[in-house]
Amino acid sequence: MIYDVAVIGAGVTGAATAWQLSHYQLKNVLLERCADVSFGVSKANSGIIHGGFHHPVSTLKAKLEIRGNLMFERLQHELGFPFKRTGILVIAFSPEEMSTVHKLYEQGLANGVRDLEMCGRDRLLQLEPKLNPEVIGGFFAPGGGTIEPYRYVFSLVEAAKRNDTDLKCNFEVVQAEREDNAWVIQSANGETVRAKYVVNAAGLFADRVSRIFGAEEFTIHPRKGEEYLLDRNSSARPERVIFPVPTAHSKGVLVIPTAEGTTMIGPTADPVDSKWDTSTDADHMKKILSLVRNMVNGISPRDLITSFAGLRPVMDHEDFYIALSEKAPNFIQAAGIQSPGLTASPAIGEYIKDLLKSAGLPLLEKIHIVTELAPKHEIRHESLEEMDRLHQEDPAWTHIVCRCEKISEAEIVEAVRKGHTTLDGVKFYTRAGMGRCQGGFCTARIMKIISRETGIPMEELTKKGGGSRLAAGRLGDLEVQINQNREASHDSGRVL
Amino acid sequence: MKQELICIRCPFGCRLSAEWNGNFENLKITGNQCPRGAAYARQELCDPRRIVTAVVACNSKEQPYAPVRTDRELPKNLIAPLLNTLYRMRVDIPVKMGDIFIENFQDSNVNVIFSSTIKR
Amino acid sequence: MIQEESFDIAVIGAGAAGLAAAAETSSAGKTTLVIDREDHPGGILRQCIHNGFGLRYFKEELTGPEYAERFTEKALKAGAKIRSGTSVTSLVKEADGTFTLIALSSREGVRKIHARAVILAMGCGERSRGNIAVPGSRPAGVFTAGAAQKLLNTEGILPGKKAVIVGSGDIGLIMARRLSWTGIEVKAVVEIMPYPAGLVRNIVQCLDDFGIPLYLEHSVVNILGRERVEGVEIAPFSGGIPQMEQKFQVECDTVLFSVGLIPENELSRSAGVKLNPSTGGPLVDSNYETTVPGIFAGGNVLHVHDLADFVSEEAENAAKMAVRRLDGEDCGEKNPVKVESNLKYVIPNTYQSGRKTRFAFRSLIVSNQAELEAELNGKVIWKKHYSTVRPSEMILVELDGKLLQEKGELIFRLKKGE
Repeated sequence: MIYDVAVIGAGVTGAATAWQLSHYQLKNVLLERCADVSFGVSKANSGIIHGGFHHPVSTLKAKLEIRGNLMFERLQHELGFPFKRTGILVIAFSPEEMSTVHKLYEQGLANGVRDLEMCGRDRLLQLEPKLNPEVIGGFFAPGGGTIEPYRYVFSLVEAAKRNDTDLKCNFEVVQAEREDNAWVIQSANGETVRAKYVVNAAGLFADRVSRIFGAEEFTIHPRKGEEYLLDRNSSARPERVIFPVPTAHSKGVLVIPTAEGTTMIGPTADPVDSKWDTSTDADHMKKILSLVRNMVNGISPRDLITSFAGLRPVMDHEDFYIALSEKAPNFIQAAGIQSPGLTASPAIGEYIKDLLKSAGLPLLEKIHIVTELAPKHEIRHESLEEMDRLHQEDPAWTHIVCRCEKISEAEIVEAVRKGHTTLDGVKFYTRAGMGRCQGGFCTARIMKIISRETGIPMEELTKKGGGSRLAAGRLGDLEVQINQNREASHDSGRVL
Repeated sequence: MKQELICIRCPFGCRLSAEWNGNFENLKITGNQCPRGAAYARQELCDPRRIVTAVVACNSKEQPYAPVRTDRELPKNLIAPLLNTLYRMRVDIPVKMGDIFIENFQDSNVNVIFSSTIKR
Repeated sequence: MIQEESFDIAVIGAGAAGLAAAAETSSAGKTTLVIDREDHPGGILRQCIHNGFGLRYFKEELTGPEYAERFTEKALKAGAKIRSGTSVTSLVKEADGTFTLIALSSREGVRKIHARAVILAMGCGERSRGNIAVPGSRPAGVFTAGAAQKLLNTEGILPGKKAVIVGSGDIGLIMARRLSWTGIEVKAVVEIMPYPAGLVRNIVQCLDDFGIPLYLEHSVVNILGRERVEGVEIAPFSGGIPQMEQKFQVECDTVLFSVGLIPENELSRSAGVKLNPSTGGPLVDSNYETTVPGIFAGGNVLHVHDLADFVSEEAENAAKMAVRRLDGEDCGEKNPVKVESNLKYVIPNTYQSGRKTRFAFRSLIVSNQAELEAELNGKVIWKKHYSTVRPSEMILVELDGKLLQEKGELIFRLKKGE
């Protein structure tokens, strides 16, 4: 069969595009390199819905950011992912910083952002009592907010699938050629997909994919952002997203009240050489802590529950690159989608849909479109009566597997049945393992459930696909050899 | 001959000092706070032994492994052979805490017993 | 229709603390329900298949499962009801002074449990890599020692083939032996402090028996590997700073973290129980009663103990007090108890004049000569010499009622000897 559109990359950009295109009489496929969707750039970022004031109106970024921002209420209503319009505060501690605040405020007005409010110290402290009282001024952007980015992607993909979009994970594109007016796309493990149109939403690897299709030459530079997550009990959790004044390459280190009740601090912004380098660094943690402690009271390293790093896919000109390829036929580039790509994503999806139309793809609306996903039950949010009803339906609803986040067995089973068969896939879909103990208590239980539901032996399960095996085998696979003469190593001088 | 030892018979971990001449004759032990310390030092020097604990595969769906232990200390050189044997075995439930699973392992006079009851 | 049940006492957790508490309250004639989230009673003891339990309580050396089974039988024989596979998701004090617990289980669904008193016995959880922010990548193969223990001892799953263990607490040391006994090579145990955190006997029987090197004053400064752990970088520590120029690499596919335990008090917090920042557990008076009257606490939920036997003893004491309070005894005086120099905390946080009281402490220092003294209203009333004190060993002291005749402020301090 020949698909109408193959979207390469199941991150926010690819997923939002696939969701838009799934409303039309087309047969599309979403191709993902990783074992699950949202496992790349979209998994590890700040989860901010930006306020439309960071970028000048001349950029594509600003246009799509502002349009995207306005689309989230409806998307949340339809798809049901965690999103809160908390508002954003940009705060200044010196007159120099205040002048940047003024510029950003003016830029926001020029971009057509409504409701921006310049604030003095007292008004800021009224809006957010946890701010360092040495703050001198800033502005309030009520339209900003926070989102769980992977949950958003999962919802988009689920909705696209409901509307007949195919999803192929573990599909790393390695080769593409034209044959009978269509693209023949090959994966690393030998699968082939044919499609009339291709959208390159490959994130960090968009440069490689572009080259594979013989399209434009460009380079994606990975720029690392480290984030640190504080427990939901942290007294530092603010009501709003707190921004410092930005620098040339980054919007600065933020304090973020996540949509699921934790507090996140970060990100850093450092260019790195490798697209695989998602390591964190002790010095960066210290730097982040000292920066945010100056902004918000009560931030303590004692509340840390985890840290992670993500890579932004940056192009030389720093703007989004979304265009019809001038070299490869029926090939759309959607590259360089870094911040505010998440905010812009619904608008990017529309924009790409329009580009495809201009390239000749016929867009006829389907007669039956699933526009709303059935609400997902989460035992932690249900009333006692609803819990009782769910238990009648399936006893697994009242079996708590992850105690920190109160996730039931039924939610984990649902995740596995929807195709999230890695530990990280289940974790990001359900939140099981995301709390204070970071899976210390529930990892073995979750592995047991995944194994039971999929038939994959426990020792073959992975954290995130590929070679990320969680275990090495079963008891008895290794011969026990007790070498009592190994004591030599005790004399190496470094030891007791 | 002289050797320093740490007693492992209880959580106190007394630091013992053992002195002897020749073939452990006139073994003199100091530093122990109770008689078990002296007994430990003698045993450790002449014939070191350990309690061994492990799990054995069983046919319970809920609890796929049953915990077991030796009922007394096993000579150290038999530990690896015992473990390699246990990991190749499979036991049918029900089992009862204290019941013997392996009797007199390799003529050591040491039995392996179940340390948990698993009902059918 | 949601079913409701009523008991005199609800015990939350069926480990070394909860079972001991329930045995005590049931023997005293109080109807008692123990609620536990695991499928079988025993808590973490069930995965602690090694020996070393029960020496104090049963005067014989038992494994964790045996200790658990004995206490389970004891509690059941005394008349306690144990509800396994059940999670308490909410604990609320009603206007009439009783408590309502919401319990969820797959067998019974949603239940409302009413109790006149509650004993917290939830135990503790492990600190993870994330809590101490160890830098590096995030591959598979990083576990807490307890999670690896559960996989290995209850599911027979080998977590890896070559392991490095971070932290020399008892769980880490016990896991070093367990891994060695399953054919996994333990390359190193790395401890940031200049002394081991676990018992010395575990250094002997878990590390020395296998020739496993222990790196004191070292820390893991980097975890390497993209999909699965490929190694760690270890650096010596000096003056609280890792000496990066002296770091070296150890190849391994598994890293286990045994870097401390934290009392599990999510439920306590939600019920309004005030916590002590020094222990992570509730503040309790001499009745082991928390700041919410009618809620008692004992065992690792209160502060982390070295031995399961101590956990059971403390929970028994808490249970005795809960019974006395239910029988109408007044909560009594609350004279403050404090710690000064070299002590991290004291339990309980108050005393009653004239009443024999057991105090538990943790030292902040390592010393082979130390003196613990108690001062009441400016006068030193009691002293004891210790030949070793260290943070890893709890200090337990019982002061006679005669010493505590006066009301006032009781202060303990630990003095380092020459």
